[in-house]
Amino acid sequence: MRKTGRRLSEVLLFCVALAFLSPIYIMLVNSFKNRAELYKNALALPSSFSFQYYAEAMEKMNFLRAFGNSLYITIVSEIFIIVLSSMTAWMLVRKDHRLSRFLFMTLVATMLIPFQTLMMPLMQVMDWIRTNLHIPMLNTRGGLIYMNVGFHASMAVFLYHGFIKSVPVALEEAATLDGCSKFGVFWRIVFPMLKTITITVAILDVISMWNDYLLPSLTLSDKSLRTIPLSTFYFFGEFTIQWNLAMAGLTLTIIPIVVFYAFSQKYIIRGIAAGAVK
Amino acid sequence: MNKSKDRAWYALFTVPLFFVFTTVVIVPFLIGIYYSFVKWDGIPANPKVFVGLDNYVQLFQDGRFLSSAWHTVEFTVLALVVVNVAGLVLSLCVTAGLRVSTAARTMFFMPNLIGGLILGYIWQYIFTDVFESIGRQTGFDSVFRNWLLDPQLALLATVIVFAWQMAGYTMIIYIAGIQGIPEELLEAAKVDGANGRQRLTKIVFPLLMPSFTICLFLTLSGAFKIFDVNLSLTKGGPVNATEMFAMNIYNEIFSYGHYGFGQAKAIIFFLIVAALTLTQVILTKRREVQM
Repeated sequence: MRKTGRRLSEVLLFCVALAFLSPIYIMLVNSFKNRAELYKNALALPSSFSFQYYAEAMEKMNFLRAFGNSLYITIVSEIFIIVLSSMTAWMLVRKDHRLSRFLFMTLVATMLIPFQTLMMPLMQVMDWIRTNLHIPMLNTRGGLIYMNVGFHASMAVFLYHGFIKSVPVALEEAATLDGCSKFGVFWRIVFPMLKTITITVAILDVISMWNDYLLPSLTLSDKSLRTIPLSTFYFFGEFTIQWNLAMAGLTLTIIPIVVFYAFSQKYIIRGIAAGAVK
Repeated sequence: MNKSKDRAWYALFTVPLFFVFTTVVIVPFLIGIYYSFVKWDGIPANPKVFVGLDNYVQLFQDGRFLSSAWHTVEFTVLALVVVNVAGLVLSLCVTAGLRVSTAARTMFFMPNLIGGLILGYIWQYIFTDVFESIGRQTGFDSVFRNWLLDPQLALLATVIVFAWQMAGYTMIIYIAGIQGIPEELLEAAKVDGANGRQRLTKIVFPLLMPSFTICLFLTLSGAFKIFDVNLSLTKGGPVNATEMFAMNIYNEIFSYGHYGFGQAKAIIFFLIVAALTLTQVILTKRREVQM
């Protein structure tokens, strides 16, 4: 009796989970249907699987280009964030004087500022740098990477800071006595011990930068620089009436995320839990 | 000698990050305060006229801004309830020790990885064409019609999309909380004759207070600052009925070119977000059960 109840709740839970993902199902099936089929029944399976809309969407979105841009911007930003914030956090923890505390408090306090409060003046600052110092901050991938680093710095330092506090100093002191420079101590001894938190920081940032729409939309104006969210925005604006084409495009944008999720699910879920609890 | 060397290392490790951080966050924040006191259309050649507090006074007479603030409050309250109830229920389901738990957890969390913009587009299709199609076929066209044309339903639709995205996220945090509850405590209660409901309300919920703090805080600030889903699902429509705070600021600045006025709104937005988050953290920290 108890056993059948258990089996029943297992089936029920699985059905709920499937129903939960029904929007994905709707997106998938309709990306294969022609106009008449779309109108007839939006929930039915398609009568034939042709990848015609995928090919068209891929071309119209310039998908491979956008994918490359997103990948490049996300990865390079992430490397800078990890290198700079782990180094900063380590110094702030190990040299626990008034300046360090002040710097740390400033970082934490700015986490309260919403992006909308900064976006317009930020564009003015970047424009000023471009016209007066001739550094191309706007409409370049490098400029966007620079801003990504600035925006994700506080959260990353905050997470590293909390973690480093629990790392014992003894090893570092021994290495210093052996004549290791600070740089050597950090990269050879400390950084390898920060693996767990580095994964957390990386996952949180990668998800938010990969999906970010607003900042790239303000900084990148060239068609060839568009990231996936940007090209989706322009593509969707143009083809809303052609739902099959639109759904094929959206499916394309989700594929990289599903692949990423499939390979690093364990880390993602652990990282999210760890990142949120801080 | 040693001291100056120490300082040099300190600078080498911290200055690069703080340089970027200052130019991207601190400087824009400070000049943003200045911009909120001027009248300017965003064209560099045109003068920035200092108007003192005029922008702030004008802001409280801007009907569209006030109604966007109201939509945001409505949306945030609904989203807080739906997201947290859903997240909590899902977390209780997947920690019940069933064999499909891991698969279910994976599936519930999935939407959280998809960006708000893309989620909004998928659901835009569902709330318009798919709903109409279902309505045509089943005859339930009082429910299954184009939700995004009705101001109330469009707001509700935004809540649903946001909840779909966030429920899995809060679920993960509640799961971590539930797994942190010592098994012996629940066993002891069982021995003492507490039934399932009593164990839930008297032991599990009080011990989940830290998780509640985190989840409420995350949903509150996430909902209040919603932009991407808002943009892709309804674009603020129909007739601005779902235009939220963040989108109103964006439109004021970049669509209408009221840079100073829009920035004043952005400063007010910051003050509200900061006040909300701080109050919430202080309030819930106080209620947490000490273990």
